[in-house]
Amino acid sequence: MRELKITPIKNGTVIDHIGNGLALEVLRIIGVKDLDKDSTVSVALHVRSQKLGWKDIVKVENMELSPRKVNAIALLAPTATISIIRDFKVREKRVVDLPERIVGIVRCPNPSCITNQREPVESEFDVARRRPVVLRCSYCERLVDDFLLHLA
Amino acid sequence: MGLKGRDVISIRDLSRDEIEEVLRGTRRMIPYAEGTKVGDQLAGRLLMLAFLEPSTRTRLSFETAMLRLGGKVASITDPALSSVKKGESLHDTIRMLSAYGDAIVLRHPNEGAGRLAAQASEKPVINAGDGAGQHPTQTLLDLATMQEAFGTLSGLRVVLLGDLRYGRTVHSLAHALAVFGAELVLASPPSLQLPEDVREDLEHQGATIREVDQLHQAVREADVLYVTRIQRERFADEAEYAKVAGSYRVDSALLAGAKTRLIVMHPLPRTTEIAPEIDGSPHAAYFRQAFLGVPTRMALLSLILTGKAV
Ligand SMILES: Nc1ncnc2c1ncn2[C@@H]1O[C@H](COP(=O)(O)OP(=O)(O)O)[C@@H](O)[C@H]1O
Ligand SMILES: [Mg+2]
Ligand SMILES: [Zn+2]
Repeated sequence: MRELKITPIKNGTVIDHIGNGLALEVLRIIGVKDLDKDSTVSVALHVRSQKLGWKDIVKVENMELSPRKVNAIALLAPTATISIIRDFKVREKRVVDLPERIVGIVRCPNPSCITNQREPVESEFDVARRRPVVLRCSYCERLVDDFLLHLA
Repeated sequence: MGLKGRDVISIRDLSRDEIEEVLRGTRRMIPYAEGTKVGDQLAGRLLMLAFLEPSTRTRLSFETAMLRLGGKVASITDPALSSVKKGESLHDTIRMLSAYGDAIVLRHPNEGAGRLAAQASEKPVINAGDGAGQHPTQTLLDLATMQEAFGTLSGLRVVLLGDLRYGRTVHSLAHALAVFGAELVLASPPSLQLPEDVREDLEHQGATIREVDQLHQAVREADVLYVTRIQRERFADEAEYAKVAGSYRVDSALLAGAKTRLIVMHPLPRTTEIAPEIDGSPHAAYFRQAFLGVPTRMALLSLILTGKAV
């Protein structure tokens, strides 16, 4: 049996193979404040990985991710794998797949973009390139590759 | 899909076929723009003009296009006096205009305003410039000018000269030229180079791009010399500006070794980028380019409002 870095959970979600150092971004997406008050969140940073060299892992009790959050994880941690745990067993694997369109997760870095004025509108980006990921603002067409610095 | 009822916010909204359709329409509209034919293709149609930032020629050319084809225009005349200044959102302003007219033309100081307007509007929206962003009808009339001079766009060697960094129109133009298989030659001062990400994006679409520092050499091999304005605000001091502006000035000496058929283009208004001595030369295409703004907008308006441009 493999050594587990964190205690197993009964019900919840495991996000594994997060790129080294990106776990805190993933936690922001999950929105720890919004969780059930009895849920434990465990984070393992800088864990040895065959595939990635080093990786992070996040486990959250009593939570399943909305599709929107899965999309956000796909953007920030494209190597991540998501497993849904029920009664201690992996019951479901969610494929992390970068969608064509990213809504509301990243803010446009262009201060003069209409999405940064007082208009009733959510930020929105098309994926201009996938590897490495480059986003194009659907409004001002600004290209964004440092989107980790511009999370909404 | 056809252009009837469509928004035109970015040149990327138009396929190559659709751009060609606009260019064909432009050729047919020339006699109406010259006034040698009288048209009523847009009789009974009302175009709403929302110029929420100063503009003279773009606005006038849309008005002229509409009026020459028998249509009517209504406009927000002074944004400083309108509800816009009282804090109404662009979204709400556009909702109102879209309830009144058959299509909307928008000029706005913020990038992306065109896209937002298209979402808010039930009627087609044409972006007439949003901040430093898109200005697709400028690109269309630029293409119409090259097409008229050479009969084709593919294979043309186009030198883009001047401010390639902040220039409102030059990125859209580069995109469209890439779609048509023109060859792009970039000539700009180091501080005003095409942004790296824009260049990568163009190359990703298969564009052929070269950079030159010898302007004379580039001009000798060019079919089109597209000159943009170098703005004073981009420089820390007057001396630096004067130096750069001086070395990118187009005059007869620069054009001495050019091909006979070279055309010089400029979106206007110009300041000192092109010497007035060029105006009378067969190379000068910028006034023709400005004129073609009218038939281009006639064609686009007709296609959007009626589905045809005849
Ligand atoms: N002589 C000039 N030098 C530099 N910039 C100018 C000059 N005249 C006008 N401008 C700027 O150019 C902009 C107009 O650009 P453009 O879109 O080509 O024309 P228009 O506004 O008439 O449609 C204005 O915002 C104005 O600030
Ligand atoms: Mg619409
Ligand atoms: Zn933007």
